[in-house]
Amino acid sequence: MTTTPPAATADAELPRLRLDTPPLLVLPILALLALPLIGSFPTWVTLTVAGLAMGMMIFIMASGLTLVFGLMDVLNFGHGAFVSVGAFTATLVLLPMQGWMQADSVLMNLTALGLAIALAMLVTGALGWAFERIIVMPVYGQHLKQILITMGGMIVAEQMIHVVWGPDQIPLPLPTSFRGVILVGDAAIEKYRLIAVAVGLVVFAAMFLVLNRTKVGLLIRAGVENGEMVEALGYRIRRLFVVVFVAGSALAGLGGVLWGLYKETLTAAMGADIMVLVFIVIIIGGLGSVGGCFIGALLVALVANYTGFLAPKIALVSNILLMVAILLWRPQGLYPVAKR
Amino acid sequence: MSEPMLALTGVHTHIGQYHILQGVDLTVPRGELTVLLGRNGAGKTTTLRTIMGLWHASRGALLFDGRDITQAATPDISCAGIAYVPENMGIFSDLTVRENLLLAARAGEPDTARLEWIFGFFPALKKFWNQAAGTLSGGQKQMLAIARAIVEPRKLLLVDEPTKGLAPAIIQSLIAAFRELKAMETTILLVEQNFGFVKSLGDTVAVMDDGRIVHSGRMDELAEDRDLQQKLLGLSLDTHQ
Repeated sequence: MTTTPPAATADAELPRLRLDTPPLLVLPILALLALPLIGSFPTWVTLTVAGLAMGMMIFIMASGLTLVFGLMDVLNFGHGAFVSVGAFTATLVLLPMQGWMQADSVLMNLTALGLAIALAMLVTGALGWAFERIIVMPVYGQHLKQILITMGGMIVAEQMIHVVWGPDQIPLPLPTSFRGVILVGDAAIEKYRLIAVAVGLVVFAAMFLVLNRTKVGLLIRAGVENGEMVEALGYRIRRLFVVVFVAGSALAGLGGVLWGLYKETLTAAMGADIMVLVFIVIIIGGLGSVGGCFIGALLVALVANYTGFLAPKIALVSNILLMVAILLWRPQGLYPVAKR
Repeated sequence: MSEPMLALTGVHTHIGQYHILQGVDLTVPRGELTVLLGRNGAGKTTTLRTIMGLWHASRGALLFDGRDITQAATPDISCAGIAYVPENMGIFSDLTVRENLLLAARAGEPDTARLEWIFGFFPALKKFWNQAAGTLSGGQKQMLAIARAIVEPRKLLLVDEPTKGLAPAIIQSLIAAFRELKAMETTILLVEQNFGFVKSLGDTVAVMDDGRIVHSGRMDELAEDRDLQQKLLGLSLDTHQ
């Protein structure tokens, strides 16, 4: 090849890349606005930590779903099934290991919980793979059929839980080490909520690293933006989609375990119940955006906690109002993904 | 005469209920730059998308380098050695220039010498290496789209209207890039409406209308034959400049 081509002239300075900060500022502004309304600083701290913990768990459950939608335009209304199955699968470890859970040893508690989470993620990941192959794959590109068949899949999964575990609620007590509160001044913060926040941050950091520092992550980000071009570069986006679907299902299973321990009671419908919040989160965040999903989950959870304390009568509609407000401000969500 | 790099025989493509390609016969000779001309809606972009497997032919045959790719999947066609620059450029806006090129380099990290060669044509890409591609100007995005197609050697480049909306200075660097690729005997199929751009570049030309090839031959013959231009395109190709 020759090496002296003429230089192109189109190298004018670009506008500086700016971080889109307004959505990030919404969280602290919301928290600061809530403080005078709540009136008591310790109560505000307790509610804020509770909101952050709830938000992290919702983020874990929603993050896979938003990528699934972004990557393949698939509306999976059956995602809640993985939440429920994950939580119930954890009981296969936690109930026989009650002694370890109730022992006054952090190591034994963590071992039991770690095994339960590993099994739950394994089972929900495998279920996700089967769900994608059998239920989702035949209806690629057909939104109405996707909604109907994935909802059907969730109903089947719920009934299977009834068959295996029975129709009754199953109590799921927290491990001994995770019970109780930590007092920070006059504010009481439940230990488990801090653990949920920590797990959520770890998951977010891991997803951030994978999406930004690995080739698979690059492909996922590129696929969310323009799947056709990713294929034209020689990559099989459907294989990538299966990987994301399985990972998203496993994360939903992890979220189910955390959520079940948070509620300390399991029901087969727990996944379906949380899906309303999950969908609000991914719409607020911007379909396909993991960062938006993270901010959206924290917003939804903080609003739910603050309004639950300040005005319990509007707590049920508070998240719908939040979604309306966000979409009026940013019709494509907080961090819309650039689409072709 | 050597076997053509690409041969389309009686290719029909339907998009939904619309019958877009209605028996396209097109030959792209090896090592040459073939220009596909035609008015808007003639089926040029559909032809490129059908070659890439983004839409499948409902009838006919596509042979690439002696291999039948009529029903092949897009990733297989790409891996067989065809690079595609779509009309909308297909840049990943949320990814940096470096990440866009990294994805195109399937063998791993892009080859440093080849990157320097590309930067020779398109220095803006080096300057904005770690900048999000979405912040580039239209011309810089087009440079990135073409750089992505040539970051590794390919047997055939499909390029869809690369000069659309670009400033003359940027078009000059594209001309230089295509001349260099021609000198390296890269086979190129270029869809273009800017005749001034392709007149000096093209070796062969095919003209499409209503989903068919209505003329094919040498570019220099068409450029010199005003009657033929008038007959095929309804106006002198000079007015396309």
